[in-house]
Parts: sequence; structure tokens; C-alpha cells
Amino acid sequence: MIEVKNIKKSFDGRVVIEEVSAVMKAGQCNLIIGASGSGKTVLQKCMVGLFEPDFGEILYNGQNFTAMKGEAKTEIRKEIGMLFQGSALFDSLTVEENIMFPLSMFTRDTHKKKLDRVNEVLDRVNLTGVNRKYPAELSGGMKKRVALARAIVLNPKYLFCDEPNSGLDPQTSMVIDRLIKEITLEFNMTTVVNTHDMNSVMEIGDYILYMYQGRKEWEGSKKDIIFSKNERLNSFIFASEFLQDAKDMRMLEETGRIPNHRNMDEMTGYRETDRKQPGSE
Amino acid sequence: MTIFNDIGRYLLMLKGMFTKPENHKMYWKEFIHQCTEIGFGSLGIVAIISVFIGAVSTIQTAYQLVSPLIPLSTIAQIVRDTVILEFAPTLVCIVLAGVAGSRIASELGNMRVSEQIDALEIMGVNTKTYLILPKVAAALLMIPLLVVIAMALGIWGGRLAGTMAGILSPNIYDKGLLEQFVPYNVFFALVKAYVFSFIISSIPAYYGYYVKGGALEIGRASTKAVVVSCILILFADYVLSALLL
Repeated sequence: MIEVKNIKKSFDGRVVIEEVSAVMKAGQCNLIIGASGSGKTVLQKCMVGLFEPDFGEILYNGQNFTAMKGEAKTEIRKEIGMLFQGSALFDSLTVEENIMFPLSMFTRDTHKKKLDRVNEVLDRVNLTGVNRKYPAELSGGMKKRVALARAIVLNPKYLFCDEPNSGLDPQTSMVIDRLIKEITLEFNMTTVVNTHDMNSVMEIGDYILYMYQGRKEWEGSKKDIIFSKNERLNSFIFASEFLQDAKDMRMLEETGRIPNHRNMDEMTGYRETDRKQPGSE
Repeated sequence: MTIFNDIGRYLLMLKGMFTKPENHKMYWKEFIHQCTEIGFGSLGIVAIISVFIGAVSTIQTAYQLVSPLIPLSTIAQIVRDTVILEFAPTLVCIVLAGVAGSRIASELGNMRVSEQIDALEIMGVNTKTYLILPKVAAALLMIPLLVVIAMALGIWGGRLAGTMAGILSPNIYDKGLLEQFVPYNVFFALVKAYVFSFIISSIPAYYGYYVKGGALEIGRASTKAVVVSCILILFADYVLSALLL
């Protein structure tokens, strides 16, 4: 479990994160959503220790990560795996060497044992026969899967994913989302995903934290999000007519009525008086 | 104020390099890799430059020594001392600042921009120790070796050019090389080589490690690293000459 307590972060006097608190539980996908520039990446970087928060605490299973120094911090970091937006694979190393890197750095296993583990995680992310390839030879989706394999190779307790679907087609995005969800459940990880992809939210969002201009605007589950009355959240998630229609359909299914604030008649220029009376022609 | 900020961050980076390695084997592997990149990767250009510097020195010295009272072996002495004292350490290191320095800056810059450094940090690797220390250590080992090779090749290039142009015979050249040889000059050249090696590796590492932005900024950081390294090499050259000669 990760607890975020009153985190505040500013750069050159400009406040980017303002008093954000959240509890992210193990065995579930915790999503941080929000528009570009809302502070979700900064929050995640504060959580993994890449940025030092100005104020507040990050607790990993009750241990205050922000107050830790040196060795203690490194020990927690060894339990963290991260999937970066651009995959962050080492260009000069092959897929096999990339995934083997954390094993070689932090374990004393034999080469055979390390190789077995590499093949095991590659198999887990449904990638085979790419061991000798370099990152430049892989597609975007394959790079993400290799990066995910590298992130989980040391069996981390915490998995962080920054925009895992950016630059991927909807089908590949779904594969990555499902993979993250499966791995989270399988290894009982605390997974934190930054995204603004609504498909991901509805696919894997067990806990959702909506950020707006550096503040926590809303939190809840993917079921709650449909019925949320938060205007900012609604304007963010139902930005497209298609999604709004989908929401209306969902509401209709659940409640038998659609509280439609959009006034479709106004939008289409249609008036009740325009309705043709039977036999008027 | 930016210069003080840069100096402060540079000193902190150097301090941050000296922490206990997570795995000695991995660090050794990286050190050997950097030795290969810096040493063997620059050997070709160093050899070409050295031979031509020696050759040109012989021809130009002979051109200026028109007096029949000065023995021809003096040409070899002048070539030897110029190559050992200045051309081999300074000129070769300025070229290496361009070759190895820009490579170090762009490699680290690319790693920073593509979040590879962040990935290492999150794994629990001390990136300053893992990425910068092996580069500095490899430069301190390989660049003085390259300078010694440059000295030998420069002197040999002078001999070759002198013989081919009919300026002086190989025997007279060899005789001149042994006359009034001061071993301290080699020591002085090696001191310069060590100081320059540190500049060539640590300055580009600083500019690459702290780059912000994208591909354009990597190019700018690389250029800045080379320019600053060259200026510092020339400044250090002057200070060391004033202090040690």
C-alpha cells in the first residue's frame, strides 16, 4: 500500500502539486488521471523519489519514503518497477540484456538462472524470439512490453506506469492495459498508472484519482466515475459526444432515465413545435 | 550567476560519483567498455594527427633553420621537444575533447532525455557512480596512453618526413633525438595528459548528465561541452606550464 499525504511541489515558485493525498492499495490498479499539465507525472515522480516534494510524505507500507536517505531509500527503490512513457530501454543493450540488467546489478544469480528468469518474464508479457533484438528494431507496443518485463523482473511490490498507452493503437493499448491488470492481480502489486486514456480508466481503474491544476479534484472507482456530478471531471472524461452518449446509455441501463443536461434539441436546432402533427400534410 | 550555479552542480556531481558500487562486476564491465570506446575509438584519429604533426614540424623547422652553423640534428631535437611538450598532450587532447567529449555528452544527454537515467535511478542504481565514474576512470587510464603513443608517432612522423624530403638522414635524426634529452619533459607531458583527461571526461559528462529538453538541447550541450573543455584545456596548459617549467 502507498499513502500520499499532503504532497506539495513547486518549481521556481510555481506550484505544480497542491496538498494532494491518496491511499493506493495493493492488488489493484490505481489510476491518476487528468489533462496534460495537471501534475500527474510530477506526482508520480514525487512518489518514486525522482522529485523531492516540498511538503508532505509518501509512505510505502507505513515506511516514510520521503524521510529516507541513502541505503534505506535504495532498498525501497529495489521494490519499485517503472514503465516509462517512452519505454526508457537502454539503446546499446539487446532486449535480453535490458531485462537482465537489474538481475545482474542486484543479484548474484548464475547466468543460466538469470536467463531463465528473463525468458520467464518475456513469456509473461507474450513476447518470444526477440532476445537478441535491439530496442530500435522493435515496434512501440513491443518496446512497452519489454519495458514492462524489465520492470517486473525483480518481482517488485510496486509498479508505476507513466502513460503506458501513449503512441499506441487502441488494440495494442488494450493488450498493455490487460497485461498490467493481470500482473497486478497475479503478484498482488500496488500499481499506479498515469493516464488520460478513458479506455484504460474503464478497463483497469480500480481506484481513480482525478487531478485538476495540481489539486485532487475527485477520487473513486470506475463505477463511481459514470455517475459523478463533478463538472470538471465530466468535462474531462466526456469530452467527446460519443463518450457522453455512452454515459447516457449506461445511465439509462442503470436508472431507467437520462438526466441529459446537454439539451439535444438545442444542439440540433430542433424544437418541440417543429414536430410534425399526424395528418398535417 | 549561472557560472556559479554550474560550478556548484559540477562539484556536487563529482562528489556524488564516489559512492559504494552496487555490483563491482557491473562497474568493471562498464569501465572496460569505456576504455574500449575512449581508447580504441580514438586511436585512429590520434595516430593520423600525430604522424602529420611530427612530419609538418620537421619540414617547418628545417625551413626556418637556414644557417649552416646549426647542425641538422637540431631539427630532431626541436621536433622531439615540441611534440613531447606541446603537440602530443595539448593538441591531441583538444582533438579528443571533440571526439570523446562530444560522445560522452551526447550519450549521457540522450540517456537523460529518453528517461534511461531515471530508469536507472528507480532501479536503485547511483547513476553518477555508474555512468560518470567509469568514464572518468577510463579517460584517466587511456588518454595518457594515447598521448604516449602520440609522442612516439609524432617523432616517427618527423623522421619519416625528414628522410622522404631529403632534409636529413635517419641516422642524424636519431642522433639528434638522443642529444640533450630531458626526461622531466615526459613527466610534464604526462601531468598535462592526466589533467586534460579529467577535463575531457568530467566536463562533457556534466553537460550531458544535466541536459534538459530534446534532441536540439543534446546537440547544444555537446557543442558547449567541447567548447568549455577546449578553453579549460588551454587555460590548464598555461597554468601548468607556468607552474612546472
